[in-house]
Amino acid sequence: MAEIVFDQVSHHFGSRQVLSEVDLTLSGPRIGIIGANGSGKSTLVRMINGLIDPSQGRVLVDGLDTARDGHKVRRLVSFLFSDPDAQIVMPTVAEDIAFSLRRQRLAPERVAEHVEAALRMVGLLDYSTHPAHLLSSGQKQLLAMASVLVTEPRVLICDEPTTLLDLANTRTITGIIDTLPQQVVMVTHDLSLVEDWERVIVVHEGRIAADTNGTQAVPFYRSLLS
Amino acid sequence: MTPALIGIYRPGTSPLHRARAGAKLVMLLLLTSLLLAWRSVPTVLLAIALTVGLYALAGLSPKVLIQQAWPLRWFILLLVPLQVLLSGWQVAVTIVGTMIIAVLLASLVSLTTTTTQILDAIEGLLRPLPDQVARRIALLLALTIRAIPVIAGLADEVQQARRARGMERSPRAYVTPVVLRTIGYSQRLGEALVARGVDDQ
Repeated sequence: MAEIVFDQVSHHFGSRQVLSEVDLTLSGPRIGIIGANGSGKSTLVRMINGLIDPSQGRVLVDGLDTARDGHKVRRLVSFLFSDPDAQIVMPTVAEDIAFSLRRQRLAPERVAEHVEAALRMVGLLDYSTHPAHLLSSGQKQLLAMASVLVTEPRVLICDEPTTLLDLANTRTITGIIDTLPQQVVMVTHDLSLVEDWERVIVVHEGRIAADTNGTQAVPFYRSLLS
Repeated sequence: MTPALIGIYRPGTSPLHRARAGAKLVMLLLLTSLLLAWRSVPTVLLAIALTVGLYALAGLSPKVLIQQAWPLRWFILLLVPLQVLLSGWQVAVTIVGTMIIAVLLASLVSLTTTTTQILDAIEGLLRPLPDQVARRIALLLALTIRAIPVIAGLADEVQQARRARGMERSPRAYVTPVVLRTIGYSQRLGEALVARGVDDQ
């Protein structure tokens, strides 16, 4: 489990203030982030692996400053986006997973072992030589997940990972997320996914509006919108 | 016939599948250079026979061979009569034949070589350059290969949306969304690459 600290973090895009003086420590195994579109939740999680640097304040992952040590942080923190098409780089399934391991310069046999384990975990073992772009949306998201988990990160950030998926694929993805040993921080609009989680944070207009368990955070968020 | 069917690796155990990616790339360069240097009808006919033989050696069917040349069909239909009219049938056969053979041979390399093997070969060939530069060039190639089916898919979606709005004849209703969606895709891809630590040391 990594300790993720937001220390007086503010961020603006041009003149638009997106986050305001956020102080937060994320250390539990499952953390849900909910909030309306434009509330700042995606910006918040993108700061965890240095995709966005804060305009003010700092974000630390196990003491590493994400703005200064982004490359070290990204070895600890992986990111799963909502659009799997934009995450797949290589033409075939196994090659895309192996691509994540290129910078580790492992022996081909070791790469094959890791790839097979990742394919088995997401149930795509029979698709290893399949063209990645011919997979269904759900299978593409499973591939994207395998490609980020093969590097064995300590933290997995998921930014609306089920937005483009049907119910069956949503269940498959969330079923896998439930069993992961990694710390998971998940942004979602599907409130049912996080309502039984121990920690759910409500982001509203760039501030932390609630930081509690899912049972309390979800009704609070609903009341906030009504 | 969609771009998805063109140039995608087909697993196999043929001598061409087992050959080193670097050697195949060098041979591709050599053969196409020879074709350009000795442009004549007999050379083209010989090269066609060699190409068909290489496809057979790789265990690839004539259908796969035709699939690779299929995207050139309109270009060929336009170019052949024009060349026959302007320069005679020998020149037409030489120019069009050289072009088809070059495409078929390039496709044969990608049909029998995984992208990972091509990346490794290119990184090897670029070894005199700094490591990160070589990796970036190899990555650029991988992304180019990957972008073909993605952008074709985007264009197809835009085409359908244009039809649904009854704007089939409007080039603007086609070009603008394709360009904007391609830029959006490239931004999301760039973000995902950073998140995967692709450019990190």
